[in-house]
Amino acid sequence: MTTEPIPDQPRRKVKNFSLLSNRAGAAFLTPAGLLVSVFVIVPFFWVIFVSFTNRTLLGKTALSPEFVGLANYFALFDPSNFFQRGQFGFSLILTTQFVLASALLGQALLGLLLAWLIQTVPAWVKRITETFVIAAWILPEVVIGFAWFAFLDRDQGTLNALLTGVGLPKGDFLLKQPFWVIVVFNTWRGAAFSMMLFSSAFSSIPPSYFQAADVAGASSWQKFKDIGLPLIRGHIVTDLILITMWTFNTFTPFLLTNGGPSYRTELVSIYNYRVAFHDFQFGKGAAVGVIMMLINLAFALIYLSIGRKKKKG
Amino acid sequence: MSNRLRSLALSLIGATAFVGSAFAVDLDITCRCVIGGVNSGTAEWIENSVIPAFEAANPDINVNLNQFGGEDAQLTQQLALDFSTGAGPDVTAFDGFLIPSFVEGGLLKPLNEVAGAEVDDWSGWAALSDGSRALMQYQGKYYGIPLGTDVRMIHTRKDILAEAGIDADTWQPTSWEDVLDAARAIKKIKPDSYPIQLNAGVAMGEATTMQGYWLALLGTGESVTDENGKYIVSSQGILDTLILYKTIYVDEQLGDQRAQLLADGRNRSFANFRDGVTALLFEGDYFYRSVTSEGAEFAVADRDNVMGWAKVPAKEPGAGIRGQDFVTISGGTGFVLNPATDTPKEAWALLSFMNEAEMQNAFQAIQPRITARTDIEIPNSPFLTETSQTLLPLTTARPNDENYNTVSAEIQRMTEAVVSGELSPEEAMAQYKASVIGIVGEENTVSLL
Repeated sequence: MTTEPIPDQPRRKVKNFSLLSNRAGAAFLTPAGLLVSVFVIVPFFWVIFVSFTNRTLLGKTALSPEFVGLANYFALFDPSNFFQRGQFGFSLILTTQFVLASALLGQALLGLLLAWLIQTVPAWVKRITETFVIAAWILPEVVIGFAWFAFLDRDQGTLNALLTGVGLPKGDFLLKQPFWVIVVFNTWRGAAFSMMLFSSAFSSIPPSYFQAADVAGASSWQKFKDIGLPLIRGHIVTDLILITMWTFNTFTPFLLTNGGPSYRTELVSIYNYRVAFHDFQFGKGAAVGVIMMLINLAFALIYLSIGRKKKKG
Repeated sequence: MSNRLRSLALSLIGATAFVGSAFAVDLDITCRCVIGGVNSGTAEWIENSVIPAFEAANPDINVNLNQFGGEDAQLTQQLALDFSTGAGPDVTAFDGFLIPSFVEGGLLKPLNEVAGAEVDDWSGWAALSDGSRALMQYQGKYYGIPLGTDVRMIHTRKDILAEAGIDADTWQPTSWEDVLDAARAIKKIKPDSYPIQLNAGVAMGEATTMQGYWLALLGTGESVTDENGKYIVSSQGILDTLILYKTIYVDEQLGDQRAQLLADGRNRSFANFRDGVTALLFEGDYFYRSVTSEGAEFAVADRDNVMGWAKVPAKEPGAGIRGQDFVTISGGTGFVLNPATDTPKEAWALLSFMNEAEMQNAFQAIQPRITARTDIEIPNSPFLTETSQTLLPLTTARPNDENYNTVSAEIQRMTEAVVSGELSPEEAMAQYKASVIGIVGEENTVSLL
């Protein structure tokens, strides 16, 4: 322990113009602060607390839940059944594949491609494309879910009517390829965001860069690779952060498949819903929720650090 | 009287009139029933008989029926969440097997605790047999008034059996092999058909456990629990049952595998029967009186000539539970009171009113069935008379256990794993064992293998 007196740090005082006194400011903030703490912060800690209990909705443990420590977490990560269908590990891996396939490959690439293509097409083609892509994004989830369900149905579905119309065999997509159904669905649904973000990013690049490239005889691919892409790198990072999180947490595929058949489309969010609100195991469901929060946090930190490094380099 | 006083007096009268009308009570009643849809008869009865008569007798009470068109499990989910937050209908239809788990969770209270001593004084109790009262009872207390019970059997399409050269009027299988042979004979002449429907999978919910798995399991001489109430988690009976599922849905495709896996599979299985794709369907008596009756969504044309029924055989003669040759199981439904109702007296008045003989007779006129009241005669329905007389002596019931509901969900998962071809019967049973031990604790389970 040091006895040396700590020298006073020279403080840089920034005198801000203030509209209100500190006290008045605090008084005005209090109602909002109370609401936030009642509806956000308290539930947040409540979920963490519940995840350490065996609380349920039905049965004895509903009235007298016991503190079980980390038992819920151990049950989720039980190595003997971790990878079985219908268990946490299975849905985690499924969700990872879903994010890779539908968000990173599907939405981001499709969005990037669309954004690049609509830079050069006539304005009316651009408008029509944007309208359709954005419609897929803004329509209510339930409407979209039922529309796709009707589209894919084996017996009365539009897709099979089209396939048999051109002499191809019928497919039983919702039952036989459920994972790819939700991947295509989510790509279709979410490409609009990436497209809009990249489109505005591309249009912020000064046209003179491309004109100079044209003079030098660059191909479209070279312009894309050497001018477009490097200049929107920051946007790409932002896009990946956001769509990864949205896709990781998305629940809409439930409307198409109910998480089935046989758990083959049970993403983590659907798994969480089933445990908490179908099986009524609130404690275990809360534990899943806490893990999901941590994973979201980790994603955000990883992407942010990549983004920072790239900007420095 | 000054003007000021007069206006004060007038406004006071106005205010009292307003308060007077505010005394009118609104009651909500919910059932999984939709006029022209699922359980149409129940909805018609409540809407057209119960509500007008009750409102006429109680001018201050308005009754509103919520017709719930979703699945059984979805209504359970809604009621559980509603009751836990003090919301929900005042009176609701309820399946008796859910009572223990709701009671232990604090979501249901005994009728006389909710509505007071009037409950014990109700004259209708005398007309309910001990057996039927037990359907809505837990640990000696009544949580609802039973409406009736049911029995399970094989419903047959006589026209299709006849096509396959089977005498449908006398067809009565005495073993599983007999049932499979009949299905094979039908499959031979109609290769695109799925002759058998034995419910499986998660989407069908409790219908999988009650009408599928359990009917087969009883035929092996076992039940879900043993005589001490412990859950049997591995046994030859479970394996035989899962092998039967595998034979029907995977090995020989005698049943429609898709209908077991899709979210709306139960309706597809009903449609299969209506359309003649399925000829042998394991269901309760309500399948005849409600699901396939005239005007219903799955109405079978010329029902009384086309449809027949047979007892569910044990695996081999004498191999069934208690050494029986044939097996069946019964459940019970009724109506319960929401413990958080604002108007318990009025809610009880409605509940008891609809269970009086007069209203029950009105129900019988719409949809004849086996009622809980002893003073209501079984109507002139040969089907109901025969099935109840034949099957009630053979019947079994589910355990009155708070964990049953959760274990039942595991049974649905186990059968789905087998009929989807994803797991072998042995693997599925091993998973079931691990899950049930996790739910009830190892000391409450027993392994017979």
